[in-house]
Amino acid sequence: MITAEQKPVTEIINYISPYRRILLVGCNECVTVCAAGGKKEVGILASVLHLHFLKQGKNLEIDEITLERQCDPEYVEELAPHIDRADAILSMACGCGVQTIASRYKEKIVFPAVNTKFMGASESQGIWAERCQGCGDCMLGITGGICPVARCSKHLLNGPCGGTSNGQCEIGPETDCAWRLIWERLKELGMEDRYEEIMEAKDWRPSGGAGPRKIIREDLSL
Amino acid sequence: MKTESRLEKILNSGNLAVTSECGPPRGCLPEKVKEKAEMLRGVVDGINVTDNQTAMVRMSSFAAAVIIKQMGLDPILQMVTRDRNRIAMQSDIIGAYAHGINTMLCLSGDHPKFGDHPMANGVYDLDSVQLIQTVKKMRDEGKFQGNADIANPPKMFIGAAANPFADPFELRVMRLAKKIKAGVDFIQTQCIFNLDKFEKWMEGVTDRGLDEKVHILAGITPMKSAGMARYMKNKVPGMDVPDEVIKRLESVKKENQAQEGINIAVESIQRLKEIKGIHGFHIMAIEWEEKVSEIVEKAGLSPRPEI
Repeated sequence: MITAEQKPVTEIINYISPYRRILLVGCNECVTVCAAGGKKEVGILASVLHLHFLKQGKNLEIDEITLERQCDPEYVEELAPHIDRADAILSMACGCGVQTIASRYKEKIVFPAVNTKFMGASESQGIWAERCQGCGDCMLGITGGICPVARCSKHLLNGPCGGTSNGQCEIGPETDCAWRLIWERLKELGMEDRYEEIMEAKDWRPSGGAGPRKIIREDLSL
Repeated sequence: MKTESRLEKILNSGNLAVTSECGPPRGCLPEKVKEKAEMLRGVVDGINVTDNQTAMVRMSSFAAAVIIKQMGLDPILQMVTRDRNRIAMQSDIIGAYAHGINTMLCLSGDHPKFGDHPMANGVYDLDSVQLIQTVKKMRDEGKFQGNADIANPPKMFIGAAANPFADPFELRVMRLAKKIKAGVDFIQTQCIFNLDKFEKWMEGVTDRGLDEKVHILAGITPMKSAGMARYMKNKVPGMDVPDEVIKRLESVKKENQAQEGINIAVESIQRLKEIKGIHGFHIMAIEWEEKVSEIVEKAGLSPRPEI
C-alpha cells in the first residue's frame, strides 16, 4: 500500500489559518490502513484544529468527509455538493488523492495534511517498511522475492557492497542488508548459483527516467 | 597487454606491484595534491586518487589525477557510482584518458549518509560491477554502455575493490568471481588487519583458480595510534580490526605507537608476500603519505622496477 504520516499540526495550521470554512477529506484506502488519513484520523484532526482556533477566538467550520477512494474521480465527485461552502480543502489522502481533488475543483485551494512516504508493507503492528519503488520492471523473480532497488540503500543490483556489518546495512543497524536477505533466500531455495549471474545495468525508463508514467488500457477505456 | 598502464606492465612482468593513494584537498590549491604525490615519486607504481571519499566533497578525482599525471606520475582514477550517472561517468573516463590517465578503480562508494551532505541523493545509476562492464566495453568493443560506437575509445586498465571482511563472508569469494566475470583486471582489497581471515578468503580465491584471472593487491593501512585502531574497528563500515592489534598498539608508549603501527604494516606485508595469489600491495596511509616510502623500503619492496 501507499503509506503516509500526518504532517506536524503547526504546518497544517499555517496552511489553513487564513480560512474559516474547511472541507476536511479523508480516504478509505491505504491511509486508513496505515492510520494516517482515514475517518478516525479525520475526526481527530478536526477536533485538534477546532480547539486550536477556538483558543484564538476563531470559530473554524469543518466539514468532515471520508471518501471511498480519493484517487478516483468517481468518488471525488461526491465532494461537489460541499465545495461551495468551503474556503479551502484539507486532504488527508496521499499525494494522488490531493491531486485528484485539485484537478476536479480548480477554483478551490487544496492543502495536504499528510506526507506521502512510500510503497510498503506492514512488518508488525504499527510498523510499515518500504518494499517497492515501482521501478516498472519487476525483478523479484530472480532475487528470491526481495527487492534490491527498494531495499538496498544504494539500489545495487550486484551487491552486497563492502559496508555490510553483522548482516546489517552500512547506513545503520536498523536496516537489513538487502543482499544478505537475498542470499539467505537463494540458499533456502537451493538457487545459490544464481548469485554469480551478473545483473546488467538497469534501464531506468520504466522507473520514471523517461518522464511521468502512465498506463493506457485501451480494452478498458471508454 | 591491454593498455599502456604502468601498473599492468609491472604486474605482467611478475614483479610485486605497489600502489598507494592520495586524498584530494577540500579546496582549490593544486600544491596540496602535488605535495602528497611528490612523496610517492619512485616509491609506488600507481597513485589512487580517491573520489569524494566518505562522501565528503573534495577536489574531483579527475582534476587531481590530471595534476598528478602532469607531474610525470601514474594516477589511478577512482570512480564511485554514487555521485554521477552513466553519462557523466563515461564522459569523465574519456576525458581522463585524453589526459593520459589509463588506470582506474570502479567503486560504488560510501553512502551519502557518512559525509557532509547527508541530504544529497545518491545516484547509483550503475553499481561497481556494471561500471567494470562499462569500462571494459568501452575499451574492448569501442562502444558506450548504450551501444553507440566511440570514435577513439579509452583503454583503461580496470581495477575494483574487494572487502573480504564484510558479511556474509561466504559471498565474498563469489562477489570477486562476479567482478572477474565483469572484466576486472586488478583488485585492491580493504585494509587487512585480520590476517587469518584474509588467508581464509585467499584460500577460497585460489581454490577456484580466481588468482589466475585477476591480480590481487593486498590493502595495507598503518595505524597511527591505538585510538585510530579503535576508531576504525568501531566506526568504519566493513572494517575488521582484531583486539590483538589494538592491544599491541596500547602496549607501547603513546609516542611510540605510530612506529609500532608501521612495524605491524611491514610485518603484515612480509606475511602476505608468502600467500599464493598476492601480486602486490596497496598502501593506504591515510593523511600519512610521508610514511609510505619507509614502509615500502622496510618491506623489501624498494626500489621499484623500471618498466
